[in-house]
Amino acid sequence: MPSDSPSTAALDERSLYLRRLAMRGILGPNRGHVGATLSLMEMVRVLYDSILRYRPDDPAWPERDRFILSKGHGCLAQYALLAEKGFFSVEALDDAFGLDSFLGGHPERGPIPGVEASTGALGHGLPIGLGMARAARLRGAAWRVFVMAGDGEMDEGSMWEAAMAAGRDGLENLTLLIDYNHIQSYGPVDAVQPLEPLAAKLESFGFAVAEVDGHDVAALESALGGVPFTAGRPSALVAHTIKGRGLPDAENDPTWHHKARFSDEQRAAMLAALGGT
Amino acid sequence: MRRTCLDAIHRLARADERVVFIGSDLGPGTLDAMREEMPERFFMEGVAEQNVVGTAAGMALEGFVPYVNTIATFLTRRCLEQTALDACLHDAPVRLVANGGGLVYAPLGPTHCAIEDLALMRALPNMTVLAPADANEMARLMPATVDHPGPLYIRLAKGGDRLVTRDEVPAAIGPAVPYGDPGDVCLVTTGVMLQRALEAAEILEADGITAGIVHCPTVKPLDTATLADHARHTRLLVTVEEHVVNGGLGTAVLETLTGGPPLKRLGLPHRFVENYGNQEGLLERLGLTAEGIAGAVRRELAERA
Repeated sequence: MPSDSPSTAALDERSLYLRRLAMRGILGPNRGHVGATLSLMEMVRVLYDSILRYRPDDPAWPERDRFILSKGHGCLAQYALLAEKGFFSVEALDDAFGLDSFLGGHPERGPIPGVEASTGALGHGLPIGLGMARAARLRGAAWRVFVMAGDGEMDEGSMWEAAMAAGRDGLENLTLLIDYNHIQSYGPVDAVQPLEPLAAKLESFGFAVAEVDGHDVAALESALGGVPFTAGRPSALVAHTIKGRGLPDAENDPTWHHKARFSDEQRAAMLAALGGT
Repeated sequence: MRRTCLDAIHRLARADERVVFIGSDLGPGTLDAMREEMPERFFMEGVAEQNVVGTAAGMALEGFVPYVNTIATFLTRRCLEQTALDACLHDAPVRLVANGGGLVYAPLGPTHCAIEDLALMRALPNMTVLAPADANEMARLMPATVDHPGPLYIRLAKGGDRLVTRDEVPAAIGPAVPYGDPGDVCLVTTGVMLQRALEAAEILEADGITAGIVHCPTVKPLDTATLADHARHTRLLVTVEEHVVNGGLGTAVLETLTGGPPLKRLGLPHRFVENYGNQEGLLERLGLTAEGIAGAVRRELAERA
């Protein structure tokens, strides 16, 4: 198996803990995008643990790196990290999606400290991130922009419009991460709208591309610690992941893309799988 | 008017380093002077309106004031979601400078005729919508566009439009501009319909019908106070716009004025344009000339006498 295939090794305690945090935002409201939340967890973990520069007590700190979750439906993973890092309380996760909660089903800039762009409609994060990267370059600022997209999201033409422009501009302060879990809403990416050869496509648009096991923390740290992969070019990290990773019932099952009304048995199984009670 | 607007962007950029220009594959030579003087703040993008507006929003969120310029239909139809979400939801100071509002591109057909741009933009929360009547009004309004909070849509006319607005009228985003006192009829205009309305008022005057004009260079938010004030002193309100009668200026007036005099909306029929020719020819065919407006007013007054 190539080294960039998604690992099926047991998740470490921190990955399990972060999943339990994210699940509070799903089991509380009894609904949510389970699959994406779990496939991109190690990527947001590594970003917030090791890569991004930020200040939880000063979310608008001008020198912070900008992270845009373009596939906004995976927001509970980001919320878990933001809460754990102190941008807001962990307890807020229990009321996610609630009538008066500031945590909605997609990230919103403004209400949620640490969120740089309101996403949810797909195909918006890379153009916005491109504009931010351009702003940093114009100002001579050292901060960087990281945009995480879904594989299904790469069906959107706007992503490729932005990719073309990023390549032309040689924006080395821009990194695109793709959560390549191979399942979009309706079914397998390879059946609905194949993306291959994805890495070669991005390369041809001007990105320096690396592929990685999107659940391998050390490999992600190494890859993301090395951006820009090539001076003078934007970077793209194609991360091979497993949708629903960590919940045996959900893994690679399109019906867990968005799930609601969990049975008692499902709740118990989810918590047990994640080492909770 | 387009040249005036683009030159104003260049001047504003000289005075304020937040101002940048982003075109979407415009004609050769566009704003060459700005490109040569400050190439780092002049961007000519490809034919990619979704990316252009998203990128502009990203820059605006980082403190820049991007002026985005391309043809009105592409700027309103193609990237409506980017305008709605990236610009409006974020309340980002993106300025959409739209070439060829209305029937300017008549010979190019329905793909290029911006007949519902005001309706689309007016429907978006946080969006402010401007449609000046001539180059002078454009020049007076442009300085106010830099610091205006939130996104702006600026509808440009053909260019060479007759200069009728008065330099002594202070330009601001928001206020409507009355031309003449309220009369038997009050013509409410936006964009280059002001020129036709002024002529129509003269024609009506000769018939013994007094006509006041309230010109609305800002379509949203509409200056309802000035409109209400004039509505109280007239027998008939007639809105005149180079735009479908659904969703534009006339609809905005209908939404906000209740209990006033009868209101007649003049504009384009709610269908895609079916002829080519030129702007003047199409306007004439559709009754949006001075004579057409005056005739509609006479008929309305006669029916209601």
